[in-house]
Amino acid sequence: MLAVKNLHVEIDGKEVLSGLNLDIKAGQVHAIMGPNGSGKSTLAQALAGRDGYTVTEGSVRYQQHDLLAMAPEQRSREGLFLAFQYPVEIPGVSIALFLRTALNVKRKQQGLPALDAMDFLGLVRASMQQLDMDESFLSRAVNEGFSGGEKKRNEILQMLILEPRLIILDEPDSGLDIDALRLVADTINKMRSPQRAIVLVTHYQRLLNYIVPDVVHVLSQGRIVKSGSAALARELEKHGYGWIEAEAAAGQVA
Amino acid sequence: MSTATRQLDELIGREYSHGFYTPIKTDKVPRGLSADTIRMISARKNEPEFMLEWRLNAYQHWLTMREPHWANVRYAPIDYQDIYYYSAPKADKTGPRSLSEIDPELLRTYEKLGIPLKEQAILAGVAVDAIFDSVSVATTFKDKLAELGIIFCPFSEAVQRHPELVQQYLGTVVPYTDNFYACLNAAVFSDGSFCYIPPGVRCPMELSTYFRINAKNTGQFERTLIIADENAYVSYLEGCTAPMRDENQLHAAVVELIAMKGARIKYATVQNWYPGDKEGKGGIYNFVTKRGDCRGERSHISWTQVETGSAITWKYPSVILRGDDSIGEFYSVALTNHFQQADTGTKMIHIGRNTKSTVLSKGISAGHGQNSYRGLVKVLPSAENARNYTQCDSLLLGGQCGAHTFPYIEVKNPSAKVEHEASTSRIGEDQLFYCTQRGIAAEDAVSMIVSGFCKTVFQELPMEFAVEAQKLLGVSLEGGTG
Repeated sequence: MLAVKNLHVEIDGKEVLSGLNLDIKAGQVHAIMGPNGSGKSTLAQALAGRDGYTVTEGSVRYQQHDLLAMAPEQRSREGLFLAFQYPVEIPGVSIALFLRTALNVKRKQQGLPALDAMDFLGLVRASMQQLDMDESFLSRAVNEGFSGGEKKRNEILQMLILEPRLIILDEPDSGLDIDALRLVADTINKMRSPQRAIVLVTHYQRLLNYIVPDVVHVLSQGRIVKSGSAALARELEKHGYGWIEAEAAAGQVA
Repeated sequence: MSTATRQLDELIGREYSHGFYTPIKTDKVPRGLSADTIRMISARKNEPEFMLEWRLNAYQHWLTMREPHWANVRYAPIDYQDIYYYSAPKADKTGPRSLSEIDPELLRTYEKLGIPLKEQAILAGVAVDAIFDSVSVATTFKDKLAELGIIFCPFSEAVQRHPELVQQYLGTVVPYTDNFYACLNAAVFSDGSFCYIPPGVRCPMELSTYFRINAKNTGQFERTLIIADENAYVSYLEGCTAPMRDENQLHAAVVELIAMKGARIKYATVQNWYPGDKEGKGGIYNFVTKRGDCRGERSHISWTQVETGSAITWKYPSVILRGDDSIGEFYSVALTNHFQQADTGTKMIHIGRNTKSTVLSKGISAGHGQNSYRGLVKVLPSAENARNYTQCDSLLLGGQCGAHTFPYIEVKNPSAKVEHEASTSRIGEDQLFYCTQRGIAAEDAVSMIVSGFCKTVFQELPMEFAVEAQKLLGVSLEGGTG
């Protein structure tokens, strides 16, 4: 579904990703782990097409597309979804309007008629219940004055409604208490399907107790230095990132 | 410049869509200003003696005044002798009596502007008084309103048919001595709207005036006078457009509102005068004096304005809170793009006891636009327990525009409470990316963000105007989304 080859990304002239390779198949869940500053979020944002994240080398194939040639909204319409680590506030724009607009863009793409406010409410209700969210949430402005947990739930709600094919979740567990974490993890697990791939970007192993990945990658200094099964995440939990980085450095020297 | 900023700049760089010119024959008074010009205007309009006298007094006073330059705007000197002060579509008779008598070319112009002058007006429930250059062309629904005792007609007609009302109220809120432009208006004003709502009557429809400057080198000096007598209610809408021209055109209007005891006046403006081209050439100078007088106790006046046009806007719709327990409100969205400049805001003058005022100003600057909020809150010693709440928010699109806030607060009564909040933000690339990541096109995303920013003001507009206002800002409607 997603093939990243030798990806180099610069931000403000500084290289953050330096030759990253990644191959994700439909039906898989990949976890991208790594210490702070290793380039995890950069990878997530670059895949979504954020302005200012300049690709200097490499290629990304997504399904049949050259992902890098697509505008952010095209990537989204082709089913790429990024759950943001720090979702931004949009004052005065209600969640209902925002989400309905996004959904109707997708429906138009699929040749379906646009949903009006009432139909939309019917559709969104079940998803909100699943996430233990009150309906009044819909009339609040996007992320404005939201707690950390509310912001994350809002991202997950959008994921549920938009039914993407490739889901990239950037630290979906940060700021969540244990109950909310379970809820979010359950929801993500329910999204697992043979047609869909999920990329979990996370610093901690904690989340991976709830969502067991098929593949775990360790990112260090802008490239993937080690890949393995879910067991790798547990090793990292025990020993930290130091040993992998040392190993990687040694490998480079040799 | 980043892609997102470029996209923003393209979006806000759209062409002015009302910039067509209608070729119709006009009757103009010769260029320039003198006592003779004023006599000629007055004679054309067959005015009673008191009007001419008032005009001439204003003119004499104007000669002693100087153009004000305290506003945060820049422009080349205006040659007041190079302006036509009166221009009217040429008609065989003194005035049209029904729609069928109006030049079809003129009606087509209004159709292009989307004004519901004909049958659609009934559906829309809007009574329109359309001002084309200097004279009122048609007033719809006059008869229906007359049944309720409501007078809604061109100002010139009110002078003929209700001279006693005009004489009683004209200049009592904005005297001709008030300021340079108001004084010029008093001397040369050619038409405008007049509205009187009798005691206890609730005007059943939105009243509306549509202004359009068509002829070249004309100034438009309209004058609007609205009186809501005791416990009356009226909601009034004003819209404006002008063709594209390289020269700057002067628009110096005066609006006076009078609310008696228990009366309520809502006045909404969507101003979309030609703003000049991308290089800042041409455009309307919109130097307008608007003021409401809450004359009786428990009276209530609200100004809502959406200012998207004009090269320069100089405008401070104000409320004098004279009656005890009276309420004044000012809700404003001002957008400046390219080289537009706006210095706008309000004055809330608290005189009566327990008077309350609310000011909500949203400034949007794009391109090289400069947007200033200037507001005065004045609490006189008599205004026991006066309250004011002011909120000024500025939104910047792109890196070359500016937003400025000039609040003036004068409090002479210790029981007063005055609050002022201000904020400035930039449409973030973060916000834009968040929307595009969800598949929403950048254009729609900007609309949505700007619309969200203006939401609290748009809520104050009547529905049909809110739609127009949102369109003007290039946004999709957020109404009815629950």
